[in-house]
Amino acid sequence: MRYYLRKVVFYLLAGWIAITLNFFLPRMVKGNPVQVIIAKTQRLAPLPPEARHALELQFGQTHEPLIVQYVSYLQHIFTGNFGLSVTYYPSPVVDVIGQALPWTLGLVGIATVISYIVGLLFGSYIGWRRGSWLDSLVPVSTFLSAIPYFWLALILVYIFGVNLQWFPVTGGYDNTVMPGFTWDFIGSVIYYGLLPAFTIVLASVTSQVLAARNMMVSTMAEDYVVTARAKGLRPGRVFGSYAMRNALLPSITGFAISLGFIVNGSVVTESVFSYPGVGYTLIQAVENDDYPLMQALFLIITLAVLGANFVADIIYGVIDPRTRIAS
Amino acid sequence: MTFSEQELAAPAAEHAVTAVDDAPRKRWAAFRNASWKLWTGLAICAFFVVIAFIAPLIAPNPNQTSSIGLQPPSFAHPFGTTNIGQDVLSQVLAGTTGSVAIGFIAGAITVILSMIFGVGGGFLGGKWDEAASLISNVFLVLPGLPLLIIVTDYVQSRSIVVISIVIAIVSWAGAARVLRAQTLSVRSRDYVDAARVASESTWRIMLREILPNLMPIIASQFVFGALGAILAEAGLSFLGLGAPGGKSWGSILFFAQNAQAITLGAWWWFVPPGLCIAVLGAALGLINFSIDERINPRLRTLALVKRASRDAHRKATR
Repeated sequence: MRYYLRKVVFYLLAGWIAITLNFFLPRMVKGNPVQVIIAKTQRLAPLPPEARHALELQFGQTHEPLIVQYVSYLQHIFTGNFGLSVTYYPSPVVDVIGQALPWTLGLVGIATVISYIVGLLFGSYIGWRRGSWLDSLVPVSTFLSAIPYFWLALILVYIFGVNLQWFPVTGGYDNTVMPGFTWDFIGSVIYYGLLPAFTIVLASVTSQVLAARNMMVSTMAEDYVVTARAKGLRPGRVFGSYAMRNALLPSITGFAISLGFIVNGSVVTESVFSYPGVGYTLIQAVENDDYPLMQALFLIITLAVLGANFVADIIYGVIDPRTRIAS
Repeated sequence: MTFSEQELAAPAAEHAVTAVDDAPRKRWAAFRNASWKLWTGLAICAFFVVIAFIAPLIAPNPNQTSSIGLQPPSFAHPFGTTNIGQDVLSQVLAGTTGSVAIGFIAGAITVILSMIFGVGGGFLGGKWDEAASLISNVFLVLPGLPLLIIVTDYVQSRSIVVISIVIAIVSWAGAARVLRAQTLSVRSRDYVDAARVASESTWRIMLREILPNLMPIIASQFVFGALGAILAEAGLSFLGLGAPGGKSWGSILFFAQNAQAITLGAWWWFVPPGLCIAVLGAALGLINFSIDERINPRLRTLALVKRASRDAHRKATR
């Protein structure tokens, strides 16, 4: 119990540090973001004073002391007030992120889980059958795991989108279909999501395979596995109950880490497909110097990764008593 | 950075010699088997490193435009030309310099940082571990992309070196966590307890008992650090956030994407840079894997292993 309590306290602390960094980082940027934004929007439409005021609030352009700004920043976070977006002016930042989030959660979430499970099972199996022909897959997966997400996306777009024209290559759904809970719309979403999802799975599964294989091979020489085999237990039982369970331990922590990698890769993948998720929105925000949106996205991604790590740590504590005893 | 590639690899090489304590014949067999991966990986890496150094001599003007426009590969331009008539081969050669430099610098910094925080914290435990984990976690949760933009804004100069340092600072935390988890597991093993009971010094336990068991993971962290940095920089440049004027494989892809190379079917423009990234990455992976096999003989992908176990099985069932 003490272990879990410590973890909770620890992650609350880490979350606070992340939030505080998010407050200070934009204030370290040289130049005046507000001026940049005003200069940009001036060409499109004159900026109303209240929007300017919102921007100034966002960047601490008030003449209040820092501590007062910090407190009001915290209040804004908990009330979900991140100001107005420049790119999607005059929508509030919260609405923009709210629209992007489901797309990314769906696409990246499903792709990550598929890649993780397939990679672990397949990798452990290759490790289990060490010395068989399956070993020849190791150099192949080494090559595949080195392929950049976005380049794989480009190649797939070139082959399946441009040449064969099997799949659409931009957007999240067919614009002629009305969004809603209709079979047409859901089918369109799945159809448009296939190629990006396939890209993410293909680009990330191979490193999972390699990691799982190496862990499995190391575990197989442990005394308890040797003992289990010597006892004459069925190979399937040794594989499942003895070897795999222990080989998977490090990859529980690995899941949170690979989630970070995959999120990074997905940002670029989304931008290739112009997929309306968080990653594509982030790139849009960067290109338009949309600081309010950038900062809020930064915070959302940060807290999501933090949450994933927290869950991984809790699970790790449950399945591996040694970590609890160590603390 | 004062650490060279060789210095980083040296401890691994030492262990490779001492760790495999087999009969000479077996060791030769192991070496022969590991060697094709090692030599292939090293040869490819050496090739790219050489290219990285001589690129300015053989491809002095990668940005030289000409009026011929977008052309498929020909005798004059083996990789074809871009939409404004630049020679793609020259661009790929020049890009090698940037990408190789980024991989090595960032990989080295990643290993050093992750060993200090991951192994140090995991081994010492208590307050040290708490502090190291806290720092690691804070770095782990900072998404690299926005952070990179903000920091480079702050630095006011996005050079290749600055970008690789920032990439390493943003990405070492994952490696540190992996190392920490493994350190915790190794730390609670019998032989470490035995060494403690025998009142070995902390340093000795660390260097003789724990570190050798972490070597495979440290080796793979260097490779993943270098590989991750090359990929991260390629992604950044692809999004137009790379070093301005700096040539890397990613920046070629950025210009290709901007000029609609895909819809125009100009495969010669976007295939070579990506392929270079993948091939260099695979080479790093092969080197890493053969280091792992040297240190941890169990990892070997041997036909030999199979034969040995078959023979043993036959003997046992006879």
